[in-house]
Amino acid sequence: MGAITVSRLGKAYRQYSSRWARLAEWLLPGARARHKLKWVLRDIDFSIAPGESVGLIGVNGAGKSTLLKLITGTTQATTGSVALQGRVAALLELGMGFHPDFTGRQNAVMSGQLLGMTVEQVQALMPEIEAFAEIGEHIDQPVRVYSSGMQVRLAFAVATCVRPDILVVDEALAVGDVFFQQKCFARIESFVKAGTTLLFVSHSAGTVLNICDRCIFLRGGAVAFDGAPADALDLYQADLLTRLDQAPDQLRVQHAAAPAPEPPPPHVPLHTPLRTPLSGKTGSIVTGAADCVGVRLFDARGSERTTLPADQQITLQIDYLLHQDVADPHVGFKIRNRYGVVLFETNSYCMRRPHGPVAAGAVLSARFSLPLSLFPDEYTITVGLGAGGHGVGSFDNVLNYLHEVHSFTVAPNPDAIVWSGLVNLHPQLQFSTS
Amino acid sequence: MISPLMLRGLWAYRGFVLGSVKREFQAKYSNAMLGALWSLLSPLAMIVVYTVIFSEVMHNKLPGAAADARYAYSIYLCAGVLTWGLFAEIIARAQTVFLEQANLIKKVSFPRICLPLIVLLNALVNFGIIFGLFTLFMIASGSFPGAIYFAIVPVLLIQLLLAIGIGMIAGVLNVFFRDVGQFVTIAMQFWFWFTPVVYPAAILPPHVRRLLGWNPMARVVEAYQDVLVKGAAPDWAGLLPVLLLSLLLCALGLRLFRRRAGEMVDEL
Repeated sequence: MGAITVSRLGKAYRQYSSRWARLAEWLLPGARARHKLKWVLRDIDFSIAPGESVGLIGVNGAGKSTLLKLITGTTQATTGSVALQGRVAALLELGMGFHPDFTGRQNAVMSGQLLGMTVEQVQALMPEIEAFAEIGEHIDQPVRVYSSGMQVRLAFAVATCVRPDILVVDEALAVGDVFFQQKCFARIESFVKAGTTLLFVSHSAGTVLNICDRCIFLRGGAVAFDGAPADALDLYQADLLTRLDQAPDQLRVQHAAAPAPEPPPPHVPLHTPLRTPLSGKTGSIVTGAADCVGVRLFDARGSERTTLPADQQITLQIDYLLHQDVADPHVGFKIRNRYGVVLFETNSYCMRRPHGPVAAGAVLSARFSLPLSLFPDEYTITVGLGAGGHGVGSFDNVLNYLHEVHSFTVAPNPDAIVWSGLVNLHPQLQFSTS
Repeated sequence: MISPLMLRGLWAYRGFVLGSVKREFQAKYSNAMLGALWSLLSPLAMIVVYTVIFSEVMHNKLPGAAADARYAYSIYLCAGVLTWGLFAEIIARAQTVFLEQANLIKKVSFPRICLPLIVLLNALVNFGIIFGLFTLFMIASGSFPGAIYFAIVPVLLIQLLLAIGIGMIAGVLNVFFRDVGQFVTIAMQFWFWFTPVVYPAAILPPHVRRLLGWNPMARVVEAYQDVLVKGAAPDWAGLLPVLLLSLLLCALGLRLFRRRAGEMVDEL
């Protein structure tokens, strides 16, 4: 029970040039097709074994929701087929098709009936549903007065009041608050332990790593990768970054007025960079003096990653291609969490490790080795190149500053101690009794 | 026409269908202080208005009705107005049901054929209440036609088939072409006045009366009036073409529904 087999699945929407074209196609006998097919998903092939928990990732519009709709049977496939074994509970988008005028209780009964339960069964489970949804007396008010969070609470409580063989969850849970999300994940995890097959859409790398043992990465309506979650997330992040590069309008580097150096002297020879210069988010500074051509993270084994396990030694390599001679270049980095809080920041000057003069045309690579003692979440890296350090940590010139140029995910490390907070302070413990 | 799969789906979801009928009935009146009373008051108001205008003001006399039958016109009117109300309600609700339930259709997988059935049953509940009261009134006023009363059951079945056939076709088309809903609303107005509900067919000039033969609802409404006002058996032979037409429309509606159900979800 609980297997999903998807074979050669495809979905195309019909696009008519006008309503009249549709009418003509319907009514005129033997008429040619007057619509164009817009393919959203094409040739999707995978099977999920009973008890597997599979994450589904991809950018907006990659076809994740459509795939889930095809699997749950709300939308008809254009090609291919879906075979399901067992009872399916699905949470697609907001709510479960609640009727706004019915009360929460009535909607719960209706949804339960649609899941194949009898009224008596739903009534019997009602106290538990109410307890889980935590919406109090709102249960007897029409759903239209509910907040979106309340709707999701109720929907999740109803959909999961009986353990399904297959649980399909779209990004629905993103609406709930942290406490409710944790409660939901606890329930999902207990289901998975009990043998429920899970298909789960999420944009949160941490969640995928936590609960999925396999991950499918959808790109442009096709399966781009199907395998280990960490690899899938790496590919996904790489895809996101290239996408950002292709949207220069969103990301045009800002020429800040700050301690901008004078324009490069005309005699500076032009060098083709080893790689394309990276660009950061709004707030970045670029000058003609240098280009950042690489920001990479390597795990303990030396392979490049964007998802790294916590509490392990990693290496951050920053490569700068200099376009002019710099007497005293210094490379620095900053790690921020998703709320923009700087968790750590330093540079070669502050570390008292000057490199010395670098000639134009050379690539200065700085390798920072550090224990990744951060809590599992998503983080960004900001890098900079300064010249002429003085004082506590000031520079004569900022040659380059790329705000949030790179992002990475810290995954839970099952081998490390269990801790919570922002950073692991690596406590040593000694007990003694006297 | 109806595949066994469709029937099995309906049977499996009977709890949902019946529950929806009940919930919809409750929800309709739960916000109103007078509650379910409103489902009686609106047709009652219509009957009072028509009775006053047509029988008192316009001195409309029913040909063939006994002069001493005080309530003859009221009964004539009710026989037509109430059954037309059922017919119109089914069509009006069926043509919008897919649009109204878009939220459900897009998010939950269930046999969509449940939706027109819910509409049909809901309309029948409302009709049952008002027609039950009307029957009590007939008994109380001594105008109950006797055993022939039950001849309205087959007529009712034919009418339901006709209504749901038209409703399904309009409902599916309305998803793709919103004009259909607007058109049907207007067409129903004309259709009402082209059916001898308020006025007796006898007052029409002969050439117009001949046209009435092409109006299936005219035959249905006349059948009700025959039974309830005259206590006579309806013209079964005249209803046969109506039955055939209704079956044809139902088959067409189901075919359209089955062929377009998948596309409908994409369009909503």
